[in-house]
Amino acid sequence: MTEAPSYYKSPTVAGYPDVSYEEKARLFDEVKSDIRFSDYLYGCYECGICVAACPSARFYDFSPRRVAQAAAREDVELVYQQMQEDIWECSQCFSCLRCPRGNNPGGIITIMREVAINNGLASAKEALEGYSRIIYKIMSTGTQVSPDMLQPDAFPDWGPETGDVSNNLDLWRRALPSETLHTTSTGWDVSDKTLVELYLIWLHTGALDMIADVDTSLHSILQDVMEERLEEEGIEL
Amino acid sequence: MTTIPVEALLRKKERFERGEDHRALEDPTAELLRLEEQGELVVQKIQGDVVTVPTKYGREKRIQKGHLWHHKSCGQCGHIPGYSTSIFWVMRKLGYDYHDPRDQTSCTAWNYYASATSNVAAQAAVAVRNFAAAQETGYFPLVHCGTSYGHYKEVREELLTHPELRTEVREIMGKLGKDLVFPEELVHYSEWFYAMRDEIAALQTRDLSGVRVTVHPACHYYKLVEGDAIYDPDVYGGQRTAVVTGLAERLGADVREYSTWFDCCGFGFRHILVQRDFTRSFATMRKIEVMKEEADPDVVLTHDTGCVTTLDKSQFAAKAHERNVGVAVMSEAQFAALAMGAHPYKVCQLHWHSADYRPLLEKMGIDWEQAWAEFQEGLKKLEKGDKRYLDWDDVD
Repeated sequence: MTEAPSYYKSPTVAGYPDVSYEEKARLFDEVKSDIRFSDYLYGCYECGICVAACPSARFYDFSPRRVAQAAAREDVELVYQQMQEDIWECSQCFSCLRCPRGNNPGGIITIMREVAINNGLASAKEALEGYSRIIYKIMSTGTQVSPDMLQPDAFPDWGPETGDVSNNLDLWRRALPSETLHTTSTGWDVSDKTLVELYLIWLHTGALDMIADVDTSLHSILQDVMEERLEEEGIEL
Repeated sequence: MTTIPVEALLRKKERFERGEDHRALEDPTAELLRLEEQGELVVQKIQGDVVTVPTKYGREKRIQKGHLWHHKSCGQCGHIPGYSTSIFWVMRKLGYDYHDPRDQTSCTAWNYYASATSNVAAQAAVAVRNFAAAQETGYFPLVHCGTSYGHYKEVREELLTHPELRTEVREIMGKLGKDLVFPEELVHYSEWFYAMRDEIAALQTRDLSGVRVTVHPACHYYKLVEGDAIYDPDVYGGQRTAVVTGLAERLGADVREYSTWFDCCGFGFRHILVQRDFTRSFATMRKIEVMKEEADPDVVLTHDTGCVTTLDKSQFAAKAHERNVGVAVMSEAQFAALAMGAHPYKVCQLHWHSADYRPLLEKMGIDWEQAWAEFQEGLKKLEKGDKRYLDWDDVD
């Protein structure tokens, strides 16, 4: 098969580039080669329990069952379409794990997302727009949600209390009785030694490299931060 | 929606070859100890006083009472700090020592589930580095976050079933000067609260018998690698996890049913930050409104960072549309602390919450206006420069 069947959206409508069947097959092979793939997929009864339990299926044109089916049938075209359209709607709650067959559609989606990132797919770039600060925070500080993120302009729909927190941030943080929580730019106080170890993990496992194709500027900033810190510690990579 | 015609479906329906069954390790602790004997990894053992609790498929789980290493949560520490301080406060009141480390990172799973900008080895290495840090102190890990707990159980399964991953992580740990360490049990703080419910109730000072409670069990606690979540035959007939509910019942609260208990809160990882229309809609229409209609709770109790955030923060916008919302949301740790007499602001830090908790406090017999004035007195000490920080002596 060299062309997608007519029941898929045409690439111009779908908003992402079509690629050759061979390229789609290569991407699917990358999904299948993940060590977790055979733990996550056992075929599909097509019973729909996963869809009934899925919050994203209620809200989006999304179906965890189709993800499991496409993977089980090795439907290369549909898997590619899902990697470009569907996978970022999943809320990763794993309600789909109530599957009587033991499938883990949420887990399959985790793998598909990683492959989408590693290959710089359009869906991955689009999904991560607006998310750079979060990735920067977690990879550079080791804590994900910092108190100073609670700005009323970022969360206008969270009510006036967000403004109260923002206006009183330093004072309210200093009123916390736990010694590690007086911070405002990180969730808790993280030691320098811990950060160095974390940076080494990101670098040695290739996790930092994953960002290179989807957000080049974020990648270079993080690389600078990490290499500078490691250099200060006298660690050669 | 794309449809798959019958002929296409039949054409694709080829024989599916099943992979080797790695799932559902019957006893991960036994497997950890077996691998330790073979020199593959190091298991941090449970020590001291222990409570044994029942799990979903019958394996008994041991919960260490004291000397615990608090694996904190990003979201709790970042914007629900009363969650963390309540856990610490209850532990102090019961007389158990603990360690609040600086040598801890996030499990990084929130980012991983949201953005996928990580991989199996990195996630496992982050987990093992944290566990190695705990082992170096001698304190046993207690995980505050539901997602960290669920994700670490994923990591445990992956490490136990894939030797090549163990090798990779062991090599990375070697570069950090650490062993591949894993704790004998993965314990969530709500399991500790469940296990300690009699000791908590023994120090109860406030009557909760008139307080109507609904419980939202957190997805990543009991759906993600579900085997060793706590299920008690005396709570929901053992058909749902017993944590949170078991504690609320023991404290004498009026725990009420609602039909969408299995539904996720709507957090969604990326969604709470960049697709909040999904989060708000799901949280209010599938959870809060159903609870209000079917159970009319004074408070929603849950046991994960994301769930408290989602259910609490989503109500403001829905209120503008006169939806049937407006109910306090907090963790069972904060609820238990209030039951034990904790200060609603100095300890439970309820001023960081959005949904109105004041009617609940009044029902508990707490004068919130007086409590707020007391909290302001503490702040004045900081503003005048009498102290740089408040400490535990200031809140007890």
